[in-house]
Amino acid sequence: MSNSTKASLWVRYTSKSPVFVTVFSVVLGLVVGALVIIATSPVILHSWSQIFSSWGGIFHALKVTLDNVGAAYRSIFTGSIVDPPQFWHALTTGKDWAVALTPISETLTYTAPLLIASIGVGIAFQAGMFNIGANGQAVMGGIVGTAAGSMLHLPTAVHVPLTLLAGILGGVIAGIIPGLLKAFTGAHEVIITLMLNYVIAFFLIYTLLSTALQQPGQQNDVSRYLDPTAQLSPLFGAHSGLRVNWGIIIAGLVVAFAWWFLERSTLGFDFRVTGANPKTAQASGINAKVVIVLVFLISGGLAGLAGVVQVSSTTHFLDGGFLVGSAGIGFTAITVSLLGRNNPIGIIWGSLLFAALNVGGRVMQASTTIPLDLATIIQSVIVLFVATPVLVKEIFRLRVEHAEAVQLSVKGWS
Amino acid sequence: MKSMHLELRNITKRFGNFTANNKISLTVEPGQIHCLLGENGAGKSTLMNVLFGLLEPDEGEILIDGEPVKFANSGEAVRRGIGMVHQHFMLVPVFSVAENVVLGFEPTKSFGRLDLEKASNDIRRVSKEFGLEVDPDAIIEELSVGIQQRVEILKALNHDAQLLILDEPTAVLTPQEIDSLLEIMRSLTAAGKSILFITHKLKEVQAIADVITIIRLGEVVGTALPSDPETVLASKMVGREVNLTVAKDEVAQGDTVLEIRNLIVHDDRGIPVVNNVSLDIHGGEILALAGVQGNGQTELVEAIAGIRRVESGTITLGGKDITNNSPRQILDAGLGHIPEDRQSNGLVLSMSVADNMVLNTPRRAPFAKRGTRNLKAVDENAQTLVKNFDVRTTSTQAPLSSLSGGNQQKVIVARELSRPIAALVASQPTRGLDVGSIEYVHKQIVNERNSGRGVLIVSSELDEVFALGDRIAVMHNGKITGIVPPSTSRSDVGLLMAGVTEGSNE
Repeated sequence: MSNSTKASLWVRYTSKSPVFVTVFSVVLGLVVGALVIIATSPVILHSWSQIFSSWGGIFHALKVTLDNVGAAYRSIFTGSIVDPPQFWHALTTGKDWAVALTPISETLTYTAPLLIASIGVGIAFQAGMFNIGANGQAVMGGIVGTAAGSMLHLPTAVHVPLTLLAGILGGVIAGIIPGLLKAFTGAHEVIITLMLNYVIAFFLIYTLLSTALQQPGQQNDVSRYLDPTAQLSPLFGAHSGLRVNWGIIIAGLVVAFAWWFLERSTLGFDFRVTGANPKTAQASGINAKVVIVLVFLISGGLAGLAGVVQVSSTTHFLDGGFLVGSAGIGFTAITVSLLGRNNPIGIIWGSLLFAALNVGGRVMQASTTIPLDLATIIQSVIVLFVATPVLVKEIFRLRVEHAEAVQLSVKGWS
Repeated sequence: MKSMHLELRNITKRFGNFTANNKISLTVEPGQIHCLLGENGAGKSTLMNVLFGLLEPDEGEILIDGEPVKFANSGEAVRRGIGMVHQHFMLVPVFSVAENVVLGFEPTKSFGRLDLEKASNDIRRVSKEFGLEVDPDAIIEELSVGIQQRVEILKALNHDAQLLILDEPTAVLTPQEIDSLLEIMRSLTAAGKSILFITHKLKEVQAIADVITIIRLGEVVGTALPSDPETVLASKMVGREVNLTVAKDEVAQGDTVLEIRNLIVHDDRGIPVVNNVSLDIHGGEILALAGVQGNGQTELVEAIAGIRRVESGTITLGGKDITNNSPRQILDAGLGHIPEDRQSNGLVLSMSVADNMVLNTPRRAPFAKRGTRNLKAVDENAQTLVKNFDVRTTSTQAPLSSLSGGNQQKVIVARELSRPIAALVASQPTRGLDVGSIEYVHKQIVNERNSGRGVLIVSSELDEVFALGDRIAVMHNGKITGIVPPSTSRSDVGLLMAGVTEGSNE
């Protein structure tokens, strides 16, 4: 049709790359974050209430505002990436490298499970399916992985892979349930995966109080420790003081796998065709039931891997608060995947950003009076803007005709 | 009597460095039907969107009754008496005709109560005046496409439109509906309204036009008279000599390759819409299945392709029973399928031309090996097919959505005909295509027949049925009402399409 030709030429010649929407959304997120700081900081508000009491009051208020907002964002940056003076110190003296690298090490530690879970969610999105249950699947991965890591006693070379496989298995079990139900009964995956999160949250408490998994001598919902042979060891050794560990290497491998899978594998091609046009997929001989089951198998398996990586790289045990609330990487993974436009490379950037905001937010909370919730607010606002490209376009006067593309990625709701 | 004199002067519209309209000028006199004839992608729709205030022209001006006007949006165009009937209707399916017509401009009684009675009376009056025969109380989704289109016309008339833009109005209509639309257009112009009629169908142009302006590649290439022969109009439109009849040599018929026996197929509501149909398609033969849309052809084809369940009966392809096999098994058994709705059933618009060319054979050598796709082989395949099938695209890696409808169809044709197949089933293979593409697709289909494959064509266009068919089967109400040679007169086939068979009392 002549219309579509014209629309696409229009898009090709006038629109900026969709990456711009994301970048500008991040900028807007930071701007809104600054406004929230201003509106909630007693110091800043007080300075503004005094602007008529003295000459130069307004300049004082401006200075207080800039100082406080600046301090907050500075601490997020230095807390999550690098503190320049410390880095300079390490560079010139050759000492205290651990201190200088701690922020980035923490960010990467946090990134690893988030990145893995987001890739899992992203693959499901690409196939047109909404996996809201990544968090439950990750918890399940944590449970089964912890069981394998704490109840078996094996040499490291066998125990670590086995623990990770057990985690994947846990995620697969939790993921295949909605997959089978959707494929064979037509049940909507959003409802089932969402509800299973609650089921699994209670299953976690149940297992933590069972004799098999509960830490000996404990009455609380705390699991046994993973054997040291089942733990993902720090990359630079246990005494380096840096927590960054093999989890980030595993995450890198997962990204490479996901890229190959989506871009190069025949099965990934089936997934993408199904996601883009289910009717065409059927007519082209793709078996929808098989695709649905495999999507949830892979997506759940990756979420499970994220869960077990989380346990075996940081806490080394489970408790009732595992992946609850703001630690729920399975939920954050949904927004990260959307932010990265469901593509593995985009998801790398998305999970690094979210990890940095979380890690830096903690440092900000410690060094200023601003609570960690600000990081959550910034993350939410970014996602809000990414989901409404038309608004971003208006604000920055961009000609973004890719609104369609972003909305497409969330059509799994229908 | 109100009327409008419209003039477009040197309208130019660019998208980036692509010029969609280049200095287009035309005049529409009151009471005139002005045909805008051009291939898909020639710039007709862009020009109409400029006129209707949806796009702003880069150069040139629009004059109404000699006075220059500028429309910032379509609302302003509507207020100046321009009405547009789009290809895709803008109606609320669950509302009544009256509610749809007044939507946005509701007449009210005291306290803002909706005065639907006044609306209904207005509609009855206008409907009668122009022979539209629309019931104001009918619900849109229960109306046929042809009637829905009349509701769109009513909407425009309700806004007191003096100039109606009809954008490819006949693309969605049956032959009978087209005839009555042309009648309505005549009664509109008799009342002093003028009509800008956009189309690429030559027969309609000859039947109805007062003036013809031909557009090619965004420029006016000339005007023509309705009395000009079809070949003259076609070659002006395409820019080269066009052969409207398909050359077909005699080919010896082979054995039956596709055999359909006593087939019963239900539609989505579970109602049998294919009722005991039996057909034989031989190698080296084109069987053309004629019939008004919605008489079971769609479901028949879907059943053959394996995307709709067969309730009873058998389908045999090349001696192998494929009844209720999976689409995968049927594709592998050697069925080529050009689906009726290419965008929703045959293509992925967001994917590249190359990927679409291997959509149903992604695992075949050399496109993949042990689960890994060989993108180089996929692209080489696309390069060859793009060249052999004359697909106009900037690159094999361009998204399919950037191609025109005709070229998208060529991608499907290329994909299906480049596989080893025993039989080809093509549903409405040239719907929405321009003359040049139709000629090309027809030639490819005849080539398939000449090389010994069995071809089943489903078409609601009699021209196509007669041009291609070695035998013509007519379907009505889920049954085959007759299988006749192409020497049969059109009116006899028309009777079969209406369900009138010899000795029947229907």
